[in-house]
Amino acid sequence: MASNDDTFISLRGIAKHFGAVRAVDDVSFDIRRGEFFSLLGPSGCGKTTLLRMLAGFEFPTHGEIFIDGQPMSAVPPNERPTNMVFQSYAIFPHLTVAENIGYGLRKKGLSKQEIADTVDQALERIKLAGYGSRGAHQLSGGQRQRVALARALVCRPKVLLLDEPLGALDKKLREEMQIELRELQRSVGITFVFVTHDQEEALTLSDRIAVMSKGKALQIDSSTRLYEAPNCRDVADFIGSMNFFDGAIKGIDNGHAIVDVGSAGSLRVPVGEQPMGAGTAVTVAVRPEKVQIAWQQPQQAANAIIGRVDAEAYFGDRSHYYVEVPGLARRVAVALQNAQRSLDNAETRGRQVWLTWPTESAVLLPRE
Amino acid sequence: MRPHATVNPLMIYAVFFVVLLYGPVMLLPAFSVNDNIYIAFPFKGFTTKWYWEMATSRPLMNALVSSLKVGIPVAIISTVLGLLGAKALTRYRLPGRQVVMGLLMIPLVIPFIVLGVGNLVVLRKVFDFDLSLWTIGAGHVLICTPFSILVLMSRLEGFDKSLEEASLDLGEGAWGTFWRVTFPLALPGIVSSLLLSFTESLDEYVIASFLSGNDATLPIFIWSQLRFPQKLPDVLALGSCIFVISFIAVVVSELARKRGVPSTVGAMG
Repeated sequence: MASNDDTFISLRGIAKHFGAVRAVDDVSFDIRRGEFFSLLGPSGCGKTTLLRMLAGFEFPTHGEIFIDGQPMSAVPPNERPTNMVFQSYAIFPHLTVAENIGYGLRKKGLSKQEIADTVDQALERIKLAGYGSRGAHQLSGGQRQRVALARALVCRPKVLLLDEPLGALDKKLREEMQIELRELQRSVGITFVFVTHDQEEALTLSDRIAVMSKGKALQIDSSTRLYEAPNCRDVADFIGSMNFFDGAIKGIDNGHAIVDVGSAGSLRVPVGEQPMGAGTAVTVAVRPEKVQIAWQQPQQAANAIIGRVDAEAYFGDRSHYYVEVPGLARRVAVALQNAQRSLDNAETRGRQVWLTWPTESAVLLPRE
Repeated sequence: MRPHATVNPLMIYAVFFVVLLYGPVMLLPAFSVNDNIYIAFPFKGFTTKWYWEMATSRPLMNALVSSLKVGIPVAIISTVLGLLGAKALTRYRLPGRQVVMGLLMIPLVIPFIVLGVGNLVVLRKVFDFDLSLWTIGAGHVLICTPFSILVLMSRLEGFDKSLEEASLDLGEGAWGTFWRVTFPLALPGIVSSLLLSFTESLDEYVIASFLSGNDATLPIFIWSQLRFPQKLPDVLALGSCIFVISFIAVVVSELARKRGVPSTVGAMG
């Protein structure tokens, strides 16, 4: 990825090996100034190790991290312009709430009065005014999370690192905190690097996301592009759900590839950024909600696959259909919004259907 | 659970156990105030003269002072070494950690008499040191440090290591992190390590008897006094004092531990 003037954090060929395990395997990308950047991936994908290398708790086996142009390899955590919100929050149990928040200020050469004022302001901002003298163990989960955030932010870091900070909260509180976190990031304007395994959380919060798997960064992009234009099958599969049709390119016609998908017929798909010629083994990917179900044979459609409804799941607002298509190992999932009120309980299982979708909705992926 | 009206057989066992454990020890203070030079029933009458005799007995007081001179530094040195060892073993990726652990724990399983002979040979024949309280102290540090490491490791493992990382992350250096986070959180462990090492040194006879020079520690002195029946009541008085002081020390340290802060504040309360 090309550097630009906004680049604030730059990872160059970062690798971290623990014995024979390659926790992070040759990762290079840039994070922009003031960006809400997420590292997304399943557990064990290397996202937390990467974050800990940014904080300075782990040092890369290979490669160099630059923050604000400065190489970080010789800089210990206490001298880095980063602060971290830990997954466990790491609230000091032997200190009061105020002492926790003011912990990092003692090293900044502030007077006692200045520290007390800063802590009071921070307490007010996180709506815990008057809680300063309480013990940390008297706080609820959400309050601890806010104290951990305030403790990091009063140090005025250039980068805030967050290690799954919402993971321990219940669903409702998590959604509230997501909104608060996003507003906070906009108001303080500093760079946030956020680690999560929750794709919805990453999609809602982030300006850009790096999807990681097995120590590698697969794709670094905006939420929209990750969802609508994944660059490989792993990303397409990890983010949301996706139907895949394996095949080979028969020919190229006016910016579209004609893909032969065996007994299911041939599909018309826009050619992506990667150049692919005739004969290339490819996978066509279509999101379930992009697929339409036609109960009668459509008059004209670029892509129409005949199948038979195998199962239906009714969710009220939407219904999911699973359609068996001859020649495909996996059933095709279709998500339909129940936009119109209908009391029609007609049995759909076993009915023959035609699956169609607008040509531009499908994505062409290289076959792995 | 509701209290049972019926007698629990385990309860009987527990009472029996406690009586067997503490019954003989409780005879010590009982006979220490008995106005009889022989330890025998029936009690003859109440007296405090053995305590008075004990306090004015010069050799006994010298032995007590010797024991304190050994025990206090031994407690401090073992605890410092134990803290350093426990920190290294719990916080760093140490190559050969298992081997190091095994080597450290060996003094716990080797009979003290073997250690005592070994130490004596090394100190006298190899280094040609004169035996003194110093050599007893060195022997005691050897056997107390593994205890300290075990006690402190369990304490250090008991709190989230991201607390120390959080301190570093907030700009505090390694030394500051130790004093502001590690030390206060490990304090209950440090107190128990000090008490354990001190009592172990105060109580230890075998190694001390091999490594002692002219100054006897308390166990050595007590053993030597058992040859003189008329001195026995003094020893009982002394034993009672030690028992009471140990009892108070344990209760105080337990109270301190209970009233201390919880070792972690988890993400969910």
